[in-house]
Amino acid sequence: MGALVLTVNGTRRNIEAPPEESLLSVLRNRLELTGTKYGCGEGQCGACTVLLDGRPVRSCRTPVSDAAGKKLTTIEGLARGGRLHPVQAAFLDEEAFQCGYCTSGMIVSTVALLESNPSPRPEDIVGHLAGNICRCGTYPRILAAVGRAAQAMRKA
Amino acid sequence: MMSRSGGYEPDPELTEHEVGERLHWFDVDRRGFLKVLGGGLIVCLAVPRAAGQAAQESGRFRSSPELPKEISAWLHIGQDGRITVFTGKVEMGQNIRTSLAQQVAEELRVPVETITIVMGDTEETPWDAGTFGSRTTPTMGRQLRAVAATARERLIDLAAERWKVDRAALKVEGGKVANSGSGRALAYGELTRGQELVAVVAEAAPVTPPREWKVAGTAVPKVGGRDFVTGKHAYTSDLVRPGMLFGKVLRPAGFRATLTSLDGKRAEKLAGVGVVRDGDFVGVVAPDAWTAERALSALEAKWNVPPQPSDKELFEYLKKNEEPRERGNGRGGQAGQNSGSVEEAMASADVKLARTYTVEYIAHAPLEPRAAVAEWSGGKLTVWTGTQRPFAVRDELAEAFRISPDKVRVQVPDTGAAYGGKHTGDAAVEAARLAKAAGKPVKLVWTREEEFTWAYFRPAGVIEVKSGARRDGTLTAWEFHNYNSGPAAIGTPYAVANRKIQFHPVRSPLRQGSYRALAATANHFARETHMDELAHATGIDPLEFRLKNLADERLKAVFEAAAERFGWGKRKPAAGRGFGVAGGFEKGGYVAACAEVEIDSSRRPRLVRVVEAFECGAVVNPGGLRNQIEGAIVQGMGGALFEAVRFENGRIMNPYFSQYRVPRTADLPQIEVVLLDRKDLPSMGAGETPIVGIAPAAGNAIFAATGIRLRGLPLAPDGLPDRRTNA
Repeated sequence: MGALVLTVNGTRRNIEAPPEESLLSVLRNRLELTGTKYGCGEGQCGACTVLLDGRPVRSCRTPVSDAAGKKLTTIEGLARGGRLHPVQAAFLDEEAFQCGYCTSGMIVSTVALLESNPSPRPEDIVGHLAGNICRCGTYPRILAAVGRAAQAMRKA
Repeated sequence: MMSRSGGYEPDPELTEHEVGERLHWFDVDRRGFLKVLGGGLIVCLAVPRAAGQAAQESGRFRSSPELPKEISAWLHIGQDGRITVFTGKVEMGQNIRTSLAQQVAEELRVPVETITIVMGDTEETPWDAGTFGSRTTPTMGRQLRAVAATARERLIDLAAERWKVDRAALKVEGGKVANSGSGRALAYGELTRGQELVAVVAEAAPVTPPREWKVAGTAVPKVGGRDFVTGKHAYTSDLVRPGMLFGKVLRPAGFRATLTSLDGKRAEKLAGVGVVRDGDFVGVVAPDAWTAERALSALEAKWNVPPQPSDKELFEYLKKNEEPRERGNGRGGQAGQNSGSVEEAMASADVKLARTYTVEYIAHAPLEPRAAVAEWSGGKLTVWTGTQRPFAVRDELAEAFRISPDKVRVQVPDTGAAYGGKHTGDAAVEAARLAKAAGKPVKLVWTREEEFTWAYFRPAGVIEVKSGARRDGTLTAWEFHNYNSGPAAIGTPYAVANRKIQFHPVRSPLRQGSYRALAATANHFARETHMDELAHATGIDPLEFRLKNLADERLKAVFEAAAERFGWGKRKPAAGRGFGVAGGFEKGGYVAACAEVEIDSSRRPRLVRVVEAFECGAVVNPGGLRNQIEGAIVQGMGGALFEAVRFENGRIMNPYFSQYRVPRTADLPQIEVVLLDRKDLPSMGAGETPIVGIAPAAGNAIFAATGIRLRGLPLAPDGLPDRRTNA
């Protein structure tokens, strides 16, 4: 066990965890930030996506020690003062989910895309989300939600 | 114990959505509920034995009249006006929490937000067979409308008594009963005045006809949708109990394996770790999830795995291992299907075909793997788990631990999907076994590899079709044999005088069970591919050939609607592309799909455009319905084009998303959904049937593009064969 300091959603958190423990396991089981989901443990489904210094990473394949000293953002950190992030609002408006289990990862991945590319072409969106699985098959709505969010963020 | 839970006998209940006759029924203590909920009006729906919708749900409900009545749904209106509905159905993405609330809101003339639905809790909700078979809308929706309409009428009675006026002068609006004459109005909560009022639904509750719907029939957004975009919604795997430990189960080296030796010493040296062994079941518990994983990998076990069939010999195996039992006859859409003489009709047919079709095992792969949190307290077991059948899982737990079902409570948090794959309580039983040994609550979450290996699969199958037609395209003979995949939608909707249709149960080499739409996907694939082959053999346009042989107007209507939107017969495909059409009906839903396929440079078929028309009576929520249909098309593409479980000698060879390909964003075609809203017809379910058209439509489009006829699902996971195989 090692003592680590993480900056999660703007808050410093002291944790006791082995440095090789996955960031996902620490978030879910030690910090009770369960919005980030386990889907595969192999970096193939994207349900566990979080932002490290704004870049999307698969937290199931990231040792917690890699997150030390970086700015970590999870799905819980996107809404501000009860106001949804434009990407969250767009997913809600397009009803871009069924069971919702992939939604956190989809939204966090999308935030990363739109922060680096505010005007993505449809093929950019498809390519960026290729690593996120929605087994319910709501991709048409997800792609529409990303487009809607991009528009909202450009206006804001 | 656990070697049994991984049993491989095909379970007919799972294969065919049947729920066996139940031995025990518990009378519902309505008074007890009023104590919990406080005073107010409670409305129950009592289903008479062997009658009503519940009887349809299982097909063989008990019929002894002396037993207590079953309560299948109820509703409570509290003093504060809060409306609570109780149903044993569960939410797993099909959006019934919303569609059921809409129907209650409609009858009670209140906004959807004022309704809370308690679902899938064996202690709080009435017994329910499970959430499967597209039964929620036709059964539970209907029941809840009747319950809510009864409540509304009772509230009007209460107001009429209170004001001593004729009830005809009273109107219900916005959660109040109003007297337009006097201008007085009373909210529902005020009307009940904390009394304990019980009403039972009358034979013919005055439900609102779909044409007059204001809340039902509209695209109400998903109830609680915000919690899904903020990560707040708690799935089973997100729950935490005081003092909870984390569990892991040691999986055998192969199916049907027996444990020959176990050394748990290294694992037990880890801080706080306990090793649990019960026969061939081995598990660990640890204070945190990470340690549990390390403890699991520290176990040293030896297994004896008996020789078993492999996927390479699958279809020969299925043909050779028919199970000598009479099952499926007269069930699953087969009843009344056999008539005339296929032999005689074949002898005089102008065009004759005999073809064999196959489907592989596929995995549900819900993104939320199986998970459970189990807690024992004073001899009572409480388990939270994502299952489609909470009451069956309660019974499974009671049986596993030899305790009475009333000592078990199963609660189902809204679940990360199931698609027919979560009928059983495997994770629940495992978590409960570990919690029992540990004396503390235990959370168990299956890994993706466990989910791909130790869940059950959609049955593989071999389907043999023989047919005859006249030169003018009239179908005259139809013989159809399905080995193993199942009898759902095995009957043909086409008018043909001479028919022989049979399902042949097989001893499945893998553990198999329900999958969205059951065998309707396989049977539609074989039938609609074969119809396409016949159309080409008679030289008639595939759509025209179908319409010519169809008598069912509802099915004709979806074919025509899909064809019109698609532009069938009006446009020609570009080079390297082809159009295909397929359709059918099942579980009260009518579907037709038109697909456009492109063959890419690596000779892989890609769906470019899919138009699907669907009709399931009066639409309850067009937004949710479109979402289901779009999702079914996307999920169906996987089984159509590339999904297949590979197995060898008791092991799954592709138990990861990196090896088992599921549809992703890049696979997405342009999807257009055409809804036919029949307000004159009862509302039926839509979670399943929209999946059945896509595979044959895609296969038929591939034939149109290339002249290559593919007769196995998945159609072309590794690209198309080089030469034409449509001999």
